[in-house]
Amino acid sequence: MQNRIDQLFAAKQHGVLNIYCTAGFPELNDTLPVMTALQQHGADLIELGMPFSDPLADGPVIQDSGTRALKNGMSLHKLFEQLDGFRDRIHVPVILMGYLNPVLLYGVEAFVKKCAEVGVDGIILPDLPMAEYEADYKAVFEKYNVHLIFLVTPETTEARIHKLDSLSKGFLYAVSSSSTTGKDKDMSHQQAYFERLQQLKLQNPVLIGFGIKDKATFDTACRYTNGAIIGTAFIKAIEQSKDIDSSVRTFIGAIKN
Amino acid sequence: MDIAIDTSKSRYQVDKNGYYGRFGGAYVPEMLFPNVDELQRKYMEVLSDPSFQQEFESLLRDYVGRPSPLYFAKRLSEKYKAKIYLKREDLNHTGAHKINNTIGQILLAKRLGKSRIIAETGAGQHGVATATVCALMGMECVVYMGSIDIERQAPNVSRMKMLGATVVAATSGSQTLKDATNEAIRDWINNPVDTHYILGTAAGPHPYPDMVARLQSVISEEIRKQLLEKTGSELPDYVVACIGGGSNAAGAFFHYLDEDAVKLVAVEAGGKGVHSGHSAATTQLGKIGIIHAAKTLLMQTEDGQITEPYSISAGLDYPGIGPMHAHLYETGRAMFLDATDEEALAAGYELSKLEGIIPAMESAHALAKLKDIPFNADDVVVVCLSGRGDKDLNTYIRHMNK
Repeated sequence: MQNRIDQLFAAKQHGVLNIYCTAGFPELNDTLPVMTALQQHGADLIELGMPFSDPLADGPVIQDSGTRALKNGMSLHKLFEQLDGFRDRIHVPVILMGYLNPVLLYGVEAFVKKCAEVGVDGIILPDLPMAEYEADYKAVFEKYNVHLIFLVTPETTEARIHKLDSLSKGFLYAVSSSSTTGKDKDMSHQQAYFERLQQLKLQNPVLIGFGIKDKATFDTACRYTNGAIIGTAFIKAIEQSKDIDSSVRTFIGAIKN
Repeated sequence: MDIAIDTSKSRYQVDKNGYYGRFGGAYVPEMLFPNVDELQRKYMEVLSDPSFQQEFESLLRDYVGRPSPLYFAKRLSEKYKAKIYLKREDLNHTGAHKINNTIGQILLAKRLGKSRIIAETGAGQHGVATATVCALMGMECVVYMGSIDIERQAPNVSRMKMLGATVVAATSGSQTLKDATNEAIRDWINNPVDTHYILGTAAGPHPYPDMVARLQSVISEEIRKQLLEKTGSELPDYVVACIGGGSNAAGAFFHYLDEDAVKLVAVEAGGKGVHSGHSAATTQLGKIGIIHAAKTLLMQTEDGQITEPYSISAGLDYPGIGPMHAHLYETGRAMFLDATDEEALAAGYELSKLEGIIPAMESAHALAKLKDIPFNADDVVVVCLSGRGDKDLNTYIRHMNK
């Protein structure tokens, strides 16, 4: 079967909306209800955060959501339990995002195999070095048809962007500025970087993440690339929510309309 | 000086890819790649530069007060029936070995054209050493410190502020050293161009473990010269050092790593007992994984979440160890022991009364194991006395009457 991420980009090249939410947040068993609501109200892709005690690339909002999820009892084993059978209800592509340590302990091949079994389409591990992926894990990901998605930043050299693009599958994750998630850096300064990405003729679709929080920033990102990823703003929108479905509807409605 | 010595033939030093055996590497998110890559490419060039070495050496001599004495501890030797020498890092400016590294790294930062310095600190010793060199060089200094540690170590917070540093509370996670390190790394992600991160221990992504070990290697370079003068041989039978992340041990072991005749002993913090659930004995309790962008041994849950260690000594309660030490443990090159809070306190009292030296609680862990190593009467033993105990007086006093 063709990977769902590839199917998505074959059908839709513009304005792809990827929403990040932390698994087991706000409550342990909210993982599936949040995903269902995201699909229902128009997210094209779902990025599910695997909570970690020491998430170096994340700002305080996403870290706090992970801390809360861990307190709720979330773990990799719990997450796979929750995802067991989710493809009966959810057809949009799903990506797991997390850090390398829990995956190493789980066993990289066991983890990728499990992802394929439950129906996860891609994985983002920001602290997995490119060279180690290429030497040790690329074959495993390919064997199970699970895509690994790499990040690039405004400081990444052109040669390195091409290398990361050649190893990445599904799409390339373009970090909008040199920052952790949830920082308010002015996106207008990134215009030159976005234009540079546009001109590089990359083999993968590109989604912009970090600092995308509302309609204006989403539209700006979509002007240059295939779409964008929203995380921190979405976490804030559901952290106090009494009614997940209506919070998700309101949030996505404000982005898309 | 030998800080840029060629170690490519060594079995225990870093390899060209930044690994010690299967430990080490640089597991950094792309946002940090340019910073770490720049350091990897340039650190040896800078450390090899004669003008760098000259400036480093002259500051170590005239500002830090090096060489630090190698003191023959007569009464301690009588008690433990061996020839025990103390490497007096406690006599350095700011009271510990930490300043060796911060002097070196701030000179490196200047050569890389950086104008702003960040650092993490647990007990505050590395924070003070960083704030000190920033004052010396007139550079902006931001120190991240867990909010729980800020309360526990108030005098060092005041020292850093008096030296002109900004102390930022790390309020995420468990609010101690590991979280302060996370916050420092995040600051670096957000300020990739003008900022240098002075990491305080021999951990973190390559090249930090090697760079910090080299800057601390003056300790063993001096020990060799001083022992030759005092005993006629550069080689002791034992070198003993405490280990949290492992910077003083890395410095004390550095020039002895490939001298098989020298036994290396690393002492971890056993806390209330290795299996009490309140310990920082990483080699006993840890498994391989990634912490602060290095592959090494670390304490973690079955789900791979990094756990919070415990020790009476704020400088040893780190849930990992530097990758060099993980390799020394795995290869059996160094012997790893652990000392409990109680043993360390008793050793601190003992050194105070036998030799008139109040050791840092960290260093007291190293001293605590003298009773457990089966010495021969003519064995020459060097203990790295990594810091002085002034900062720990409250802890000592609290336990004085127990």
